[in-house]
Amino acid sequence: MTIAILDYGMGNLTSVKNALAHVGARVAITADPAIVRAASGVVLPGVGAFGEGMAHLKSLGLDTLLRDEIAPSGRPLLGICLGMQLLLDESEEHGRHDGLGIIPGRVRRLAPPAQTPPLRVPHMGWNHVEATGADTLFKGLNQNEAFYFVHSYVAVPDDPAAVAGWTEHGERFASALCSQTGPARVWATQFHPEKSHRAGLALLENWLEEVRSC
Amino acid sequence: MLARRIIPCLDVRDGRVVKGVRFRDHVDMGDIVELATRYAREGADELVFYDITASPQERAVEPEWVSRVARAIDIPFAVAGGIRSVDDARARLFAGADKISVNTPALRDPDLIDRLAREFGSQCVVSGIDSRVIEGEWRIHQNTGDPDKTEISHRRTLDWIGEVTERGAGEVVLNCMDQDGVREGYDVDQLAAARAICPVPLIASGGAGAIEHFEAVFRIANVDGALAASVFHKQIIEIGALKAALKDQGVEVRL
Repeated sequence: MTIAILDYGMGNLTSVKNALAHVGARVAITADPAIVRAASGVVLPGVGAFGEGMAHLKSLGLDTLLRDEIAPSGRPLLGICLGMQLLLDESEEHGRHDGLGIIPGRVRRLAPPAQTPPLRVPHMGWNHVEATGADTLFKGLNQNEAFYFVHSYVAVPDDPAAVAGWTEHGERFASALCSQTGPARVWATQFHPEKSHRAGLALLENWLEEVRSC
Repeated sequence: MLARRIIPCLDVRDGRVVKGVRFRDHVDMGDIVELATRYAREGADELVFYDITASPQERAVEPEWVSRVARAIDIPFAVAGGIRSVDDARARLFAGADKISVNTPALRDPDLIDRLAREFGSQCVVSGIDSRVIEGEWRIHQNTGDPDKTEISHRRTLDWIGEVTERGAGEVVLNCMDQDGVREGYDVDQLAAARAICPVPLIASGGAGAIEHFEAVFRIANVDGALAASVFHKQIIEIGALKAALKDQGVEVRL
């Protein structure tokens, strides 16, 4: 069982690879469609700007591969941080950009209300995730575990039932998604499980369970 | 709610962790990866590695040990020491560091902060500031890794915090030099003054000696994180016990 981590030039992927290997996965960091097609599960990581991320995916032909082949095939897909946001229909980061449209919804700027002392954006550091129980991603973890976040934009899925975890930073936003519309089996986290110590490794292990059970 | 961060700081010299008192008389504290792994296990929220000889020796931190650390731990970490170009920073980030911290090179070339923030995003760029009272006001020091090369800059600390955050630094680590390594408490007055004007996360550094010091700096100066070295290296304070005590005092922490 090999997990393909998509390498599309958006940040360092070594931590994701190390964490998945630590919980027992065989991992390939790749942009090669043949390797991605042969993988049991696909991880879309990434840090950086949305528009740039989509442009990189397109230039490698990975956008159509994910949307038209991987997602419809029911192959487990996990988006992390920018990789989560790219799964939605569109984002307003630096103008309007189309996303992959695999999870219905949009991405908008995190907008905590004015208060004293002011809440800062980017939202950076360890924050708690309230698991909705809609999904097995948080199995065995505390209902309110802390994970590591670095982001300024948040995903707003059309279907509230797709939310697997909520986080509060001035406003409440979806910090984990689980979307199983039609054959697609897609998970996503706004936080970085690969930087979230024991809780993050446990979450990745839970996702690997899902991949194995496919 | 966002948790306040506890950040062990590892001063690195020639590939080993060392610790001095008021920036002098360094003694060996152990292997980098061994200490990093121990702190991650004990509940550290983040680590900072300072290559303290890099700037005075005109070289940048070595990506080789950065990637060894990245393979060993699964919490975020920053590296500092002589990073003076976008390429220097890229090598450390690609080796697995989450943030890079710049101090002396940014004083010589303030535009470095703009270039780093443009290239990697503000969340990757930390401004490290060494400050102490000179003639009644807080002033910046540079080249603090080597006492013989340490210089006082003309810059006022609070002005510099304003400038670096304007230029795109996403976090400020304020190291209060008069307190460094003496374990008598953080410089709460200076940190509170910095907090009032600092629009990005502010990390307190210098002076931690007891659990009450952490509690005071979070409560009074309202900093986002507290950095400490010798109390952790010498096992005077255990991170798990510290966080449990902070939680009891109503400080939001990750347990």
